[in-house]
Amino acid sequence: MERYELNKDLAKMLKGGVIMDVTCAKEAEIAEKAGACAVMALERVPADIRKQGGVARMSDPKLIKEIKSAVSIPVMAKVRIGHFVEAQILEALNIDFIDESEVLTPADEKYHINKWNFKVPFVCGARNLGEALRRIGEGASMIRTKGEAGTGNVVEAVRHLRQMNEEIKMVQSASEESLMTISKELNAPYELVRYVWKNGRLPVVNFAAGGIATPADAALMMQLGAEGVFVGSGIFKSQNPEKRAKAIVMATTYYNEPKILSEISEDLGDAMFGIEIKNLDSNFAERGW
Amino acid sequence: MKIGVLSLQGGVIEHINHLKKLDIEAIEVKKIDDLKNIDGIILPGGESTTIGKLLKDTNIFLPLKALIQSGLPTWGTCAGMILLAKEIENDERRHLQVMDIKVKRNAFGSQIDSFKRIDIIPEVSNKPIELVFIRAPYIREVGNNVHIIHKVEDKVVAAKQNNILVTSFHPELTDDLSFHRYFINMIK
Repeated sequence: MERYELNKDLAKMLKGGVIMDVTCAKEAEIAEKAGACAVMALERVPADIRKQGGVARMSDPKLIKEIKSAVSIPVMAKVRIGHFVEAQILEALNIDFIDESEVLTPADEKYHINKWNFKVPFVCGARNLGEALRRIGEGASMIRTKGEAGTGNVVEAVRHLRQMNEEIKMVQSASEESLMTISKELNAPYELVRYVWKNGRLPVVNFAAGGIATPADAALMMQLGAEGVFVGSGIFKSQNPEKRAKAIVMATTYYNEPKILSEISEDLGDAMFGIEIKNLDSNFAERGW
Repeated sequence: MKIGVLSLQGGVIEHINHLKKLDIEAIEVKKIDDLKNIDGIILPGGESTTIGKLLKDTNIFLPLKALIQSGLPTWGTCAGMILLAKEIENDERRHLQVMDIKVKRNAFGSQIDSFKRIDIIPEVSNKPIELVFIRAPYIREVGNNVHIIHKVEDKVVAAKQNNILVTSFHPELTDDLSFHRYFINMIK
């Protein structure tokens, strides 16, 4: 349990920050310089995974090592849902955080990874409170809304975060005797439902992810109560990644200051091309349960 | 008494909650104006590269540095220690450079090497205190005016120089309030 506490504590130190997807050491350096609080090492950003299709897997350890040695901030990497061997490999690389991610092609349609078997922390995606608490029940040290990665469309991230917030409020205002019934309805562990009832929040840090492409998107998620943001394709698929990365970092800190937001949103060049959710071939958010 | 917690990125609310438990007014410092009328400031844990960059981008840097140099009681935890250090062994970046210490970043290793321990630090409390180290730095060298408060296996993890206190570990992540009390006493 001590390890789990330390892992939840690392997530707390990421709060108010931006975690950026990077596909090589050079991008990692740009991200760190722009003020990212961590980087996510992967071979293809979600927008390219979407476009190119095929099975998306854990990155080559060589790439992860290169990124690790290029930066001093925490390095995260993704494994397929349920692929505990990919997770074992990342742990052997001393990765700082594993993202069991719906962006990659799931390896197991029934089970997520039993994250209690690992010393390194996991972050997992969730669309609602029940899903978040199930992942935490499996040992996740951090949650992020799934949103819809690789779309540059923030609508799903907003939906998921609002959903989670509303459900947290519902649990918080419920009577004590209804908690077991809520636990049954949400398909979530009773003790964790109880935690939410008592504290009015998840027992771990909750970031927003999936579709954030502009400083305003980042600030929107922060105003809705996210404790930080993941930006995937939004940075390196834009016209001026360096400038946009800096602006999104600034927007995550000054999310409540429209004047500053208007200054930093100026002249950023083109954002990534966005996709309407109804035109998608596959919804990544529906992967995992 | 009013204490500010630098709120650009990192573990801010944990410090604020601890201060409130000790009946101290605590505010987030995000802009230059927030530096007015504070009696002390805490630079929290987080990523020193992120906080350091935001400090410079937001013009808080110079006024904050001037305030610390003119005696504002200041406490840096983890990343905060790196921001205050004059020298950083394994990083080209330099930040406020107000304390005569040379620190090493991520000195114990990656997250898998993060650890907890329980020690007695007589200067701070006669009861054992839980010390939480998260990808923590430690102090490699100290100047003549730096007073060493605590070591872990020969490594300096808490020190003080006049109005500046630094800790490699995170008292704000534990239930113990002794370090916050110690800092408040530095202000009184």
